Amino acid sequence: MELRYTPEEIAFRDDLRTFFKTQIPAEIRRKVSEGRKLSREDIVTTQRVLHAHGMATPNWPVEWGGKDWSPVQRYIFSEEIQACAVPQPLSFNVNMVGPVIATFGSQAQKERFLPKTATLDIWWAQGFSEPGAGSDLASLKTTAKLEGDEYVVNGQKTWTTLGQYADWIFCLVRTDPAAKKQQGISFLLIDMKTPGITIRPIITIDGGHEVNEVFFDDVRVPAENLVGQVNKGWDYAKFLLSNERIGIARIGLTKERLARVKRLAQETPAGEGMVWDDPDFRRRLAWSEIELKALEITQMRVVAAQRSKASDKPDPSSSILKIKGSEIQQQATQLLVDVAGPYAMPRPDREEEGLNLPSVGPEWADAAAPLFFNYRKVSIYGGSNEIQRNIIAKAFLGL
Amino acid sequence: MDFDLTDEQRMLAESVNRLVADAYGDFEHRKGYRAEARGFADANWKALAEMGLLGLPFAEEDGGFGGGPVETMLVMEAFGRGLVLEPFLPTVVLAGGLLRRAGSAAQRAEILPGVVEGSTVLAFAHQERQARHDLHDLATTAKRDGEAWVLDGAKGVVLAGDSADRIIVSARTSGARRDREGISLFLLDPATPGVTRRGYATQDGLRAAELVLEGVRVPADALLGAEGQALPLIELVVDEANAALCAEALGAMEVLRDLTVDYLKQRQQFGQPIGNFQALQHRAADMLVATEQARSMAMYAAMMVQSGDAAARRTALSAAKALVAKLADQLGKDAIQLHGGIAMTEEYKAGHYFKRLTMIGTLFGDVDHHLRVVVAAGGLPEAV
Repeated sequence: MELRYTPEEIAFRDDLRTFFKTQIPAEIRRKVSEGRKLSREDIVTTQRVLHAHGMATPNWPVEWGGKDWSPVQRYIFSEEIQACAVPQPLSFNVNMVGPVIATFGSQAQKERFLPKTATLDIWWAQGFSEPGAGSDLASLKTTAKLEGDEYVVNGQKTWTTLGQYADWIFCLVRTDPAAKKQQGISFLLIDMKTPGITIRPIITIDGGHEVNEVFFDDVRVPAENLVGQVNKGWDYAKFLLSNERIGIARIGLTKERLARVKRLAQETPAGEGMVWDDPDFRRRLAWSEIELKALEITQMRVVAAQRSKASDKPDPSSSILKIKGSEIQQQATQLLVDVAGPYAMPRPDREEEGLNLPSVGPEWADAAAPLFFNYRKVSIYGGSNEIQRNIIAKAFLGL
Repeated sequence: MDFDLTDEQRMLAESVNRLVADAYGDFEHRKGYRAEARGFADANWKALAEMGLLGLPFAEEDGGFGGGPVETMLVMEAFGRGLVLEPFLPTVVLAGGLLRRAGSAAQRAEILPGVVEGSTVLAFAHQERQARHDLHDLATTAKRDGEAWVLDGAKGVVLAGDSADRIIVSARTSGARRDREGISLFLLDPATPGVTRRGYATQDGLRAAELVLEGVRVPADALLGAEGQALPLIELVVDEANAALCAEALGAMEVLRDLTVDYLKQRQQFGQPIGNFQALQHRAADMLVATEQARSMAMYAAMMVQSGDAAARRTALSAAKALVAKLADQLGKDAIQLHGGIAMTEEYKAGHYFKRLTMIGTLFGDVDHHLRVVVAAGGLPEAV
C-alpha cells in the first residue's frame, strides 16, 4: 500500500503541470481560480489548446482521439487540470455526448460529429431535465413522433447549462408514449438552428446567466439523428452519467480553492491581526481540509480498484464522491465569503443590466458571494444528494 | 500510488479475521473472557501468539516478523470487528513499539521473547492527570541515586496496567513539567517496592490501572533509550497507537453499520420493515458514507505514520484521528437511535460497539485536541 506516486507518475504529473501553466492563458486560469464567469471564448480557446496537444478527449476511444492511459494517469490528468485552474474540457461534449456517440452511434454519426465535438466546432448542450422531470428524470414528457424520415419534437427542456452558446443539443425524448416510463425514451441529436426551437435565459440567484429553458414546437429532426436503437435512450443516459464518476467530486479544484482561502485569510486584516489569526475560522478550514483528504483517498481507492479489477460492478463510490464532494465544494465557497467579510456585500458586476463597474473592495471579494450562491447547485444537480442517499440505501444496503 | 495488499497481507487479514470470528463470533463468549482473572482470555492470547501476531512488528532477530503499520492496521481492523479484549495495543503497539526501538540488545532479549510467545503482557504508563492529552506534560520524576534511579509520581489510565508483567514508565530526568527535553523511559517490574496499582474495568470492557510511584528504586539498566530524549519516540509510538485505533474504530463501525442495516430490514412497525422509511434510509446511507471516509482515513494514517518527516506525520495522524473519531461518534449514535430501545440493553451487541467507539474517541487525544494540532500546524501536509 503506497499513497505516494511512483517517479513515473510524478514525471507524468509534472509534464501536465508545466503544459497547463505554460500553454493555457494565465488570464483564463485566474478567472477559474477566482470562480469568475468564463466567456464562450475562454472555453473554446482552452479546449483548442488541449486538442492541439491531444488532451481534449483523453477518455475517448483511442481511434477517436483518446489516450491509452492507465486509470491512475487519467486520475492524475483530472486532478491536475483542476489544481492548475484550467477550465475543464466542456463536459457535455467530452464526458457526455462524445462517449455516447463513440459507443452507441453509427459510423456515419461518429465521422460527422466526433471530430467537431472534440474541437468544440460543435458546442453541445444537454437536454435532459424538464419542468416536471427533475430528480424523477424518467417522467419526461417531450415527445418525438416519427413522420416519414423525420421525428417531430414537441416539449420543453430546462436547466440547459450554457445552452445560449450551443450549436446542437442532445435530448432524451419520448418515442413510445405507451411504454413504461424508462422504456419509451430515445436519445436524439438536434441542431439548435432548426425552426421551432426557442431558447430563454434563466437568471440564477448569483445574478448569472448560466442556464436556460429550451422550447420545442413541431421541431423536425432527421431520423438519422437518433443515436443507437429507438426506445433505448435511457440505457445510454445511464451510461453517460456513469462516465462522470472520476472527477465528480472536483477534489483538485477544491484543493486549489482552499489553498486560496488560506492565502487570502493570511492577507485580509481583521482587528489586531488577520482573518487567519482567528482560531474558529482556522478550525472550520481545517475540517474542510481533513474531510477533503479523506475524500481524496476515497477517490484514489476507486481509481486503484478500477486498475486492479477489470469488472465494473456497481459500487456506492460515485454516490459517496457526489455527496461529500459537493458538501466540501460548498464549504470552500462559504469560507471565501467569510474571508471577504463586509466586502462580500458590494455587487459591481450586474450582468443582466450589462453593467460591469469597478470593484468596491478587494477585486477577488466581488466574486465570493456569487460563487457561494451559485454553488448551492452542486448538491442539487447530477442527482441531488438525497437521490444519492436513496441509491445507496436501495442499491447497496438493500433497504 | 498503490492500494493493493500483498498476498501475505491478504493472508494475514484472512487468518486474523477467522481467529476473531471463532473466538468472538458468539458475543456471549466475550462476557466470559471479561470474567477471567486478567479481564481477557488466556486462551485467546495464546492463540494470537501461535499465529505470530504478538511478534508482528518486531525484527526477525527479536523473534518477530518485521510487519509494518499496514499489517497492524489489518489486525486492528479485525480486532475492532470482534471488540477483542486482549491487550495487543498496550503490549505490542505501545510498549512493544518503544522497546523494539529504544531497547538495548540485552533489554530486548530479556523481554521480547516472552511477548512473542504470549507469556508476557506489557503496558506503557505515560498519561498523567494534569497533562490530559499533552504528551510532553510530565510531572513524574526519576532522580539518580548512586547507580539506581528513584521514581516518584502518578500515572493514570494505564491500559492493561493491572495485569502487565512489565511496565514502561515515562519520567522526567531533567527540566520543568512542560519541557520537551528531559523525558526518559524506564522498565519497571510492578512488584518493585513503592509501586501501588489500582486496577479497574473501563467503560468499554477493557482493563486499566492507576499507578502510584513512591520512592521506587530501579537499577541503572532499567533506563530505556537515551536519557532525557524520549519525547520524539513517545510521539511516534502514540501516533502508531492512533493509527491502530483508527483501524480498530473502522472495524467496529462496519459491524455496527451492518448490524443496524440488518435490523432495519427485520424490525416491523406499522405493518412493514422500518427500513422502508426514507428518514431511516438516509441515515443508514450516511453510515455507509461515514465508514468509507473512515476507511480512507485509516489507510492515510497507516501510510503517513511511516513518514520520515515527524511534523508532517504528527499533523496527518491528528487529522486522521480527529475525523475517524468524529465519524465514529456520529455513526455510533445513529446506530443506537435507528435500533431504538433494543440498543439500550446491555444484552444487545450494538451498545458495546458504541461504548468502545466512544472510548477510542478519547484515547490518546480527543477530537478537539487533534483538531488543535492540525490548526497549529497551519493545515495538512502535502502527501506527495
